[in-house]
Amino acid sequence: MALRHFGAVAAFAVTVGMTASPALAVTEIQWWHAMTGANNDVIVKLANDFNASQSDYKVVPTYKGSYPDTMNAGIAAFRAGNAPHIMQVFEVGTATMMAATGAVKPVYKLMADAGEKFDPKAYLSAITGYYSTSKGEMLSFPFNSSSTVMWVNLDELKKVNAQIPKTWPEVFEVAKKLHDNGHPTCGFSNSWVTWVNLEQLSAWHNVPLASKANGLDGFDTKLEFNAPLQIRHLEKLVELQKDKTYDYAGRTNQGEGRFTSGECAIYLTSSAFFGNVKAQAKFNFTAAPMPYYPDVKGAPQNSIIGGASLWVMGGKSADEYKGVAKFLTFLSDTDRQVYIHKASGYLPITKAAYAKAKEEGFYKDQPYLETPLLELTNKEPTENSRGLRLGNMVQLRDVWSEEIEQALAGKKTAKQALDASVERGNTMLRQFEKTAVK
Amino acid sequence: MQKQAIFRSKLLPYALVAPQLAIVLIFFYWPALQAVIQSFLLQDAFGLSTSFVWFDNYVELFRDPAYFETIVRTFFFSFAIAASSLSVALLLAVMADKPLRGGAVYRTLLIWPYAVAPPVVGVLWVFMLHPSLGVLTRYLRAAGIEWNPLLDGGQAATLVIIAAAWKQISYNFLFFLAGLAAIPKSVLEAAAIDGARPMRRFWTVTFPLLSPTIFFLLVINIVYAFFDTFGIIDTMTRGGPGKSTETLVYKVYNDGLIGGNLGSSAAQSVILMIMVIVLTGIQFRFVERKVTY
Repeated sequence: MALRHFGAVAAFAVTVGMTASPALAVTEIQWWHAMTGANNDVIVKLANDFNASQSDYKVVPTYKGSYPDTMNAGIAAFRAGNAPHIMQVFEVGTATMMAATGAVKPVYKLMADAGEKFDPKAYLSAITGYYSTSKGEMLSFPFNSSSTVMWVNLDELKKVNAQIPKTWPEVFEVAKKLHDNGHPTCGFSNSWVTWVNLEQLSAWHNVPLASKANGLDGFDTKLEFNAPLQIRHLEKLVELQKDKTYDYAGRTNQGEGRFTSGECAIYLTSSAFFGNVKAQAKFNFTAAPMPYYPDVKGAPQNSIIGGASLWVMGGKSADEYKGVAKFLTFLSDTDRQVYIHKASGYLPITKAAYAKAKEEGFYKDQPYLETPLLELTNKEPTENSRGLRLGNMVQLRDVWSEEIEQALAGKKTAKQALDASVERGNTMLRQFEKTAVK
Repeated sequence: MQKQAIFRSKLLPYALVAPQLAIVLIFFYWPALQAVIQSFLLQDAFGLSTSFVWFDNYVELFRDPAYFETIVRTFFFSFAIAASSLSVALLLAVMADKPLRGGAVYRTLLIWPYAVAPPVVGVLWVFMLHPSLGVLTRYLRAAGIEWNPLLDGGQAATLVIIAAAWKQISYNFLFFLAGLAAIPKSVLEAAAIDGARPMRRFWTVTFPLLSPTIFFLLVINIVYAFFDTFGIIDTMTRGGPGKSTETLVYKVYNDGLIGGNLGSSAAQSVILMIMVIVLTGIQFRFVERKVTY
């Protein structure tokens, strides 16, 4: 209601602004993003609302393709001296952006320079931790965040008389039952194989993926995930792959249709899968927290986020930065965060917005939308669960996937595959360290 | 009629060639030179820090045993794609060249696949042979074949080769058809009168007379397999599983654009460039001798 009213005022303000003072220059702020469909509508609406709320600045959102496409377009534009003001970068691009000192303007500095009120404590630390230095300085502005959850086909579970599994041994047991009773090709599976089975697994069990707080404390980090927990987990997957109790579904999310089609009754992937599940699944479903190994001390810890954040690019004028800062303040508004949360299914980034959504009873009908938040805020983040910041993360993931594929295909043992992942990954990290601007 | 043009002014011919020359220099040699320069540099993705590292990028590549595997794999892929698409296309062309009722329809239908963009070809085949969604997968399973290109490298490679060859068949078909049409019928008739059977007529008359076309297509197909299969690989397997479908061009893209390692990527493209130059040289030097024009 309030928002609709807003729109009318917006249109009026724009018209007045244009007719009354044509000489007054409006500062344009370019915003490059990678959102499609319903999420694109959210972005356009946010920009329109902001433009309507004041007359000095105009945010212009532009869709630039997939996450890697958007990032590459931004980098190319920067090299050509024509970077946008705001760029949406997916979480795995964080280290690359952070290493580019001078190419980006850290958010905490931007807000201080522009004199905008800004309290980093107002944001959910599990989310901002990913985008902050170890000193707590926020480098980019979290925009759309998600986490890994376990999607469960409740109807199929009922058929085999099983409860929603909480631990990994329970998952294996239920998957065996499913496999023997109507799911010969898939008891359980997952998308984003390294995110789920290495990155989240490590954080969730409070074991390191890499040294130096998973790279947050410096680029001279070394991978450490060829440890007993990760080896044990991969060994189990390899064993279950043999009769398809577990069935590998590819490196990215191309296998998600196997859950909505009913082929896999248990499927670990991003909470942002919600929109598709809701639209396509013809069964009762829920999103449960990720399983854990009960014998690991302290598990479950907290999960780490996926999704993207907004980076402010360097080399712009003070006036432009002022507009960007105002826009970020505008986005942090509680009602607006609640709107983004409800409209896109992504997480609210401020504590106030989360509290408000809860208060409104939003999670009563859709408890599974709270699951990723409960995972993220399960415990105070530790060095091992605050986030990851590894250079060349996209390619690193490809290398790790390659090795995991070799293990699942029976060409290497789990240990050999993880040892090779660590070794090859470390070589790439050293390469990245060489080029990173100090 | 005189065929040779005579220019009275010394400058005019140069002026006339200049635009073409400018285009070649700007769009072919300039980027190639850039790649060579870039291959000696170590640079971050944003171009903020650059250092000159001599041949480090090349040395690193040749130290990596995986790079040699990629080279071998690329040659194997190219050979497999060229051989299968050429042989199938030749077979189809010979069949379609026969005086048939509705021959024009067959010919048109056989040419169509060429209009499909490589990534679309990839998606198309993925839909047919996806391990769990694929239409053909069901029949393969029923026949007792465990089909899973997501984990089985050999199957993934087969899939890519089939898709890449399938797309090129139409192009080859078109040229073979034209080549066959150019073979004088009188020669074939004379051979027939001498008592040569169809098979013998094909191998002793048709095939040698078709050799210029085959040679031309061989060069084109190898270059296609080297460079144009990128879209197919990207949509089908993204180089996986393991590294079993990563070709040289895909590695250039992956290291440069995804990995942000521009120096190594540039070095790889320079090597690739040299490879294709050498390969084409060999073809013209040695294979062409066997071609009768």
